[in-house]
Amino acid sequence: MSERTNQEWLDDLQGSNKDEAITDLRDILIRGLQYSLSTHTRGDIELLVEDFAQDALIKILDKLDTFRGESKLTTWAQKIAIRVAYTELRRKRWQDVAMEDLLPEDSGPDFTPAFLTDPQATPEQQINQRMIVETVMQTIEENLTDRQKTAMQAIMGGGMPLEVAAERMGTNRNALYKMIHDARKRLKRELLAKGLSTDDILAAFDSA
Amino acid sequence: MELNVEILKKMARAIATTTDKEIGCDDCFEFVDIFVESQLQGKNPAEAMPLVEAHLNRCANCHEEFEALLVAIKATTDNNH
Repeated sequence: MSERTNQEWLDDLQGSNKDEAITDLRDILIRGLQYSLSTHTRGDIELLVEDFAQDALIKILDKLDTFRGESKLTTWAQKIAIRVAYTELRRKRWQDVAMEDLLPEDSGPDFTPAFLTDPQATPEQQINQRMIVETVMQTIEENLTDRQKTAMQAIMGGGMPLEVAAERMGTNRNALYKMIHDARKRLKRELLAKGLSTDDILAAFDSA
Repeated sequence: MELNVEILKKMARAIATTTDKEIGCDDCFEFVDIFVESQLQGKNPAEAMPLVEAHLNRCANCHEEFEALLVAIKATTDNNH
């Protein structure tokens, strides 16, 4: 397979060498996906990889005019193929799991903050740390919407991929990230206003 | 809604490490190919693109795809030589 410059790829993919260039690009996508998915997915991945490469090729050709040439075209194309493959794999892996199933029925194991088992901590320090934990919990309860809590529960607690949670919530991955970022910023601001620093929060939730 | 203790701990860490200026998944995706090439060239993309680096450290999905792209590019580059 010949090495092409970005301009040669663009010319070939859009010109008279289109069929050959597409075949070459498909081969590269397939090889890249085979390597990246071999450590990620069990079982026979040959058919999966061919499907992913084909779906990715359609997107790549569709987006070709947005390629800015800041990386190799083949790297840019493989980025799209990886996104196509991982999105589909995540969707399949989580298709039978409802978000509601990821919400805890009880409060889980007892939380033992480090300060409670720290023999060096004075009673005063212990009371202080306990107040920090309670303040953080209260601030979360008071400032998050149910939608934000549901998303954070599913993603942080249940391990649900961001884009799967986004799809279930009728939004997209980027918008859900922004929603959670807004929630985090708000909580941090509230906690700072209550006199809790970043170090205070990290120390109080550092469990034994 | 009751918050599970494990989630509280993760949320506390996430809150504490939150910065006002974070990029989302779309912006990260825009730059991750440049980030990967830079890393494979032995440069320090984290220094040149700190917001991408921070997002990759925070977003499990984007990090997973970054690692996969790294493997794919290494594999296809090695095989071309």
